[in-house]
Amino acid sequence: MRSTRTPGPRPVPPPFSLLALQRNDAPPDHQEIAITASDPAPTTGGNPSAGTATPAVELRGITKRFPGVVANHDINLTVRTGTVHALMGENGAGKSTLMKILYGMQKPDEGTIAINGEQCEFNTPGEAIARGIGMVHQHFMLADNLTVWENVVLGGEHLYGIGGKAKAKIKEISDQYGLGVRPDALVEDLGVADRQRVEILKVLYRGAKILILDEPTAVLVPQEVDALFDNLRELKSEGVTVIFISHKLHEVLSVADAISVIRRGTTVGDADPKSVTARQLAELMVGAELPSPESRESTVTTDEMLRVEGLRIAKTDAEGIERVVLDDISLRIHKGEILGIAGVEGNGQAELVEAVMGMLPLDGGTVTLDGKDLSGTLTRARREAGIGYIPEDRHRHGLLLEAPLWENRILGHVTERPNSKGVLLDPAAARKDTQRIVEEYDVRTPGIEVTAASLSGGNQQKLIIGREMSHEPKLLIAAHPTRGVDVGAQAQIWEHIRVAQRAGLAVLLISADLDELIGLSDTIRVIYRGRLVADADPATVTAEDLGTAMTGAAQGHIESEPEAVAEAQALAAEGTEAQSAAPTDTAPTDTADDQQAGE
Amino acid sequence: MTSPNPAAKPARAKRFDGEKIVLALAAPVLAVLLSVVICSVLLATSGKNPFDAWNVMITYATKSDGQVAILNRSTTYYLAAAAAAFGFRMNLFNIGVEGQYKVAALFTAYIGSQLDLPSFIQIPLLLITAMLVGGLYASIAGLLKVFRGVSEVISTIMLNAIAVAIVGLLLVPGIFAPEKKGASNAIQTAPVSESSHFFAINTDGGPLYGFLFIAILVGVAFQFTLTRTRFGFDLRATGRSETAATASGVNVKRMIVISMVVSGALAGLIGLPELLQNSYNYGQSFQAGLGFLGISVALLGRNSPIGMAFAAVLFAFLDATGAQLPLQGGFPFEIVPVMQGTIVICVVVAYELVRRYGLKRQQQKVGAELAAQAAAAAEKKEVSA
Repeated sequence: MRSTRTPGPRPVPPPFSLLALQRNDAPPDHQEIAITASDPAPTTGGNPSAGTATPAVELRGITKRFPGVVANHDINLTVRTGTVHALMGENGAGKSTLMKILYGMQKPDEGTIAINGEQCEFNTPGEAIARGIGMVHQHFMLADNLTVWENVVLGGEHLYGIGGKAKAKIKEISDQYGLGVRPDALVEDLGVADRQRVEILKVLYRGAKILILDEPTAVLVPQEVDALFDNLRELKSEGVTVIFISHKLHEVLSVADAISVIRRGTTVGDADPKSVTARQLAELMVGAELPSPESRESTVTTDEMLRVEGLRIAKTDAEGIERVVLDDISLRIHKGEILGIAGVEGNGQAELVEAVMGMLPLDGGTVTLDGKDLSGTLTRARREAGIGYIPEDRHRHGLLLEAPLWENRILGHVTERPNSKGVLLDPAAARKDTQRIVEEYDVRTPGIEVTAASLSGGNQQKLIIGREMSHEPKLLIAAHPTRGVDVGAQAQIWEHIRVAQRAGLAVLLISADLDELIGLSDTIRVIYRGRLVADADPATVTAEDLGTAMTGAAQGHIESEPEAVAEAQALAAEGTEAQSAAPTDTAPTDTADDQQAGE
Repeated sequence: MTSPNPAAKPARAKRFDGEKIVLALAAPVLAVLLSVVICSVLLATSGKNPFDAWNVMITYATKSDGQVAILNRSTTYYLAAAAAAFGFRMNLFNIGVEGQYKVAALFTAYIGSQLDLPSFIQIPLLLITAMLVGGLYASIAGLLKVFRGVSEVISTIMLNAIAVAIVGLLLVPGIFAPEKKGASNAIQTAPVSESSHFFAINTDGGPLYGFLFIAILVGVAFQFTLTRTRFGFDLRATGRSETAATASGVNVKRMIVISMVVSGALAGLIGLPELLQNSYNYGQSFQAGLGFLGISVALLGRNSPIGMAFAAVLFAFLDATGAQLPLQGGFPFEIVPVMQGTIVICVVVAYELVRRYGLKRQQQKVGAELAAQAAAAAEKKEVSA
């Protein structure tokens, strides 16, 4: 590890963020309101303990063009040493590209990178690592069958060898930053949060002093998020600089010392988390009014649409041990009802969906749709019976990426009109109907002959939703319907689901986004280790309590303290709810009013 | 929400298509040119004038007997390619075409020699026999894959070896071959009955196999099934993404067995032009290696019925005219397999490159167009705001 502090000959950088919000190119519309609303905050910004004049990272005028698309345009970012700096922006705003540039995975077309005051050029991640930059990716890259120690040493053998010295170093780092990692534990025995700590340790082991965390909280439950934030504070106090990518407003506000917001590939402003509100941040991020998954009048009927009874799936693994994936799952969804399934990923949600879809053989139990027993039928028969499916992984399960849009429109409904007549396809009708879907569902595409791979995630998802909705499903299985989708498309997707719900659609909603779950669902069930362990009414539960239940700590019916619910809803309203006025003017405290203000 | 979403302009769709065709042609043309260069260098280093060699081949192809020979060979190659391609279209690598056609030809030859029904019954019966035997033999690999998870590549390779053993076991005097009489050492089935002879068109260059029409029919049916039927859609969907096909309701296991059987049934036809139009019996000298040749032709033709037709003619041209090389000027015939091999290797690499390039290019184009649309929309918005 080379010296991280270079008392640079550079002049002291311009005073950081005298205004709470400092805009680089804000168009002169409603955003001025946000500035005035948050104006009087003449702090010198962030963490007073961050004493160096030389910023850890300074990006100036970064521009990255991909042919036809400008991913980053004139981005300026200054990250001071020893701070947690949040980089915010909706999906597709250019955060990832920027971080790939900083981590040496891509080269900028224009602009300069300065690390600790020194100009650098990175051609490979290796060069960035040598400069003390480390990145923890959203998807962990650990070998399950190796121990923590082996995982950390893997690829870094030249640093401290592979023996006792390496192990001692791991312990030392773990203790120094309070990570609490056990070097001898097998990674496959670790939970998500522990694995994340291992990833962080891996990066620190390689000498990183600047840590990039790409959406680290996406996979964590609220309690784990708090623990992670404690770790981050610890890292900060030890002089590590953390760049924290997120679009979760409350998290950013609670942990960050400084915030930069990226929109449409360029930095639109810096904010001081001490004085900015969630709402202002959110508006900065999208540059427009915000949609929200607010509850509305109940459309739940008493007609039962889906009845799942005693579902059980057990897989026998290589060692002959039976692992129960789903155990005694029973649930009912009525017409016009959205049933949300909360749970940490990997607790059986995917298997539940596949069991209802007929993609996994059942070891027990029945699936009944609208009075028809579907337990023994194949996926196609279930689709024909009226199950629509928005898969969790649209690239693997929802689309033929290299096929044109109109063929993707046929996928999953090849036996139904307008796609086919008898055993023959009807390409002309399918094309025409694809055109209709593209228009009605606002799929942004130059045409229906382009391949699905050339569309952005949000547009692919809109195509899938349009396709599934076009066959008047009785039950819609929506697994993470807005994952990896930008805010605009997210609102449209929610709206489509709601419209169909009003028309009597039953929805099985799986989501890792607790706000989405609470906002959309009529009933919430919590899945834990393959069992439905708890249920909750979205109107009387907070994300925190739901998170507790997701870790298996709570069972039965969960109901949060009314004050906590009110507070959470007010917070959510402040953060994401568009219609409510600026919180400084009329702070929404009344929950009931707030809910109705949703639409 | 402002919707910057005008209907697709037909002109744009055409432009994408035009480029697609250029991209699709670029790979095989380049591959052929490259292999010509490589083979020329090879010939030159072996002390022969490559231009003389090409001249011999092209001269023969301009003569009518050469053309008939090429077409007759392409008939067989095309059937072989279609058999392999049917599996390839759903990512099922039926390497066992070789064994399937051998077994099918053996049984068909035997039945053809035992029965003497009127032609209009006899010939369809033989076609069906060949397809049935080929399909059944291929189904073994399909069932093994579905029920036991055995890779079809491994099992079909094994079945090729087993096919050789089956032929060796059955093609002995007293079983499928007649009791030995006379001086000949060659073991073969009795000649098929007169009524089994398939029609041929007499031309200046000799008889042109009527099986050419069967091959054309297979090509048309192939294309129609794949692009116009539900079954074909399921098959292509499975080939493009098995996971997406499963989620969409395709019964992938059933598709594997069906495709394997169809592929084997087509393979059963491969030996018939030779059997019913030329040799009239199945024996030790029956042409081997057609199954592997079919795989090469399918690769070169990109599993598309039209592409495979061109590829089959090209390979038939090389084989038929290459046979003239040793006769006229003492050129080595081996140059032909070398050329076929280099073409296939080059084309496989080139197709993958072209595919990636095409996909990326389209993504960029779509991105650019949408960016332009979005920019226009944003301007409008700002004006209205």
